Amino acid sequence: MRNRPPFGVTIAAIAGLLFLHLPLAFIFLYAFTTEEKSYQFPPPGFTLQWFGVAWNRPDIWAALGLSVRVAAMATGIALILGTLAAAAVARHRFFGREAISLLITLPIALPGIVTGIALRAALNLADIPFSFWTIVIGHATFCIVVVYNNAVARLRRTQGSLIEASMDLGADGFQTFRHVVLPQLGTALFAGGMLAFALSFDEVIVTTFTAGQQQTLPIWMFSELIRPRQRPVTNVVAVMVIAVTLIPILAAYYLTRDAETVGGEGK
Amino acid sequence: MTDATIPAVRFRAVSRHFGETRAVDAVDLEIRAGEFFAMLGPSGSGKTTCLRLIAGFEQPSAGSIEIFGEHAEGVPPYRRSVNTVFQDYALFPHMTVGENVAYGLMVKGVGKAERTARARDMLALVKLAGFEARKPAQLSGGQRQRVALARALINHPKVLLLDEPLGALDLKLREQMQVELKSLQRSLGITFVFVTHDQGEALSMADRVAVFNAGKIAQIGAPEDIYERPQTRFVADFVGGSNVIEPDAAIRLGLPAGLYSLRPEKIVLGAGGLTGKVESLQYQGAHRRYVVAIGPDRLGVVTPASGPAFPVGATVALAIPDGAAHRMEGGA
Repeated sequence: MRNRPPFGVTIAAIAGLLFLHLPLAFIFLYAFTTEEKSYQFPPPGFTLQWFGVAWNRPDIWAALGLSVRVAAMATGIALILGTLAAAAVARHRFFGREAISLLITLPIALPGIVTGIALRAALNLADIPFSFWTIVIGHATFCIVVVYNNAVARLRRTQGSLIEASMDLGADGFQTFRHVVLPQLGTALFAGGMLAFALSFDEVIVTTFTAGQQQTLPIWMFSELIRPRQRPVTNVVAVMVIAVTLIPILAAYYLTRDAETVGGEGK
Repeated sequence: MTDATIPAVRFRAVSRHFGETRAVDAVDLEIRAGEFFAMLGPSGSGKTTCLRLIAGFEQPSAGSIEIFGEHAEGVPPYRRSVNTVFQDYALFPHMTVGENVAYGLMVKGVGKAERTARARDMLALVKLAGFEARKPAQLSGGQRQRVALARALINHPKVLLLDEPLGALDLKLREQMQVELKSLQRSLGITFVFVTHDQGEALSMADRVAVFNAGKIAQIGAPEDIYERPQTRFVADFVGGSNVIEPDAAIRLGLPAGLYSLRPEKIVLGAGGLTGKVESLQYQGAHRRYVVAIGPDRLGVVTPASGPAFPVGATVALAIPDGAAHRMEGGA
């Protein structure tokens, strides 16, 4: 009774959420429209034909394939480098530790356009041609951040005495990492990797600066907006992108939530 | 098994400094093979650092450490025949109880069938038979401690280190574990070294006690020695809250001049040549604890609760029986 918020606040909250999410509903709606040139409301009719059209477009498959490969590679790099950086920062005190922590997390705070321009300038200066790998490097800069943040948070919550207990019982450094540290980090790394994959998968700005002629899926969608025909195909692809990015994010959310009890165990 | 003349642990002028702080300051120490040894002291006195030096989590800044005659400097924790029961137990949360106990065997490459069987035996030894499949989070504090004990003992260590082993348990469980630890130590014959800030725990369990103060050992000896014959003001006060009597007060109380430790339960209340006034009274179940003012001096007095009670403000006669006051050698 007492905790019920005022009516106006409830309305404002609902309006805010609708404003955030209603446009997504239109994406879904226009994936099924029969009108291919403009977004008229209400749609004149509904059809599933655009799913078939999208399925048969080789340019979509090429873009999707590139995006998946870039995201997988960037996530892989981020998992390795992010974990190593987190281990160093969480376990040791050294000069400049806070500065390094800030430098690692900075790329996610920097506007993508700055990262993009900087990378492009650097690649040009180094005479490196644009390729699959330049996109991967661009994405890895911000993918490392999410892995690092997840791993650092988990390492800080893990009892230091667990590592000592393992060493005490006869495990060397490698065995301790494999049997104690890695299982503790497991869900955090999985969650960080999922988020990194999702971030990479829908990245546009950095990609436009670091890709040559290749199109990742978001870039393909962007270029498709100015086309006059077969507009609903873009919506079909958008629906797919939402599905592909939402599932890992939800998985990451539930995994890290359950892990709270694991990390806090021991007292 | 082991030569009884070689000490289990020997410290020679061992120091451990953290920056400016001397956590352990030139400590000499011998822990005999097969004894139950207590390191007693307030927090920050260096007792836990000494334990960590034996375990190998810390390296001495100076001095040398021998474990059963072998130099320990530079030997990592995983190559020492020493195992630790951690204060927070440090059970691996992602493993079952059985896997926790078998961990030491697993990293040594012992086969699965053998380590499962030995883990089962160990759990039976600590009275947790049948708990193999549970996770540490499903256990009570006392059960977790038994798992930590089983896990540390499965490697057959020559020395078992226990860091405040009973600190997190409630009183009844603590008393029960004191008895069990003692009998376990006797039956296994392993040297136990435990750290505690609880003087009652140290006196009741240990064969010998080292009292730590400010990075040094203030006194080392059997529990009776420590309790009855404290050598310094610190030991007298820290172990059992003895009355420390300064030389001038000693003369006023009819003792020869000198620094004395006088146990509060040795003072006779209700008869004798001294007269005092009861300043405070605490009823503690089995005992009554008084503070009695005798002129400018104050004495803590403990009497059995079954005897007569004296109210606050009452004038009371009291006596210090011959030999009750122990004259201390050390000044500080």
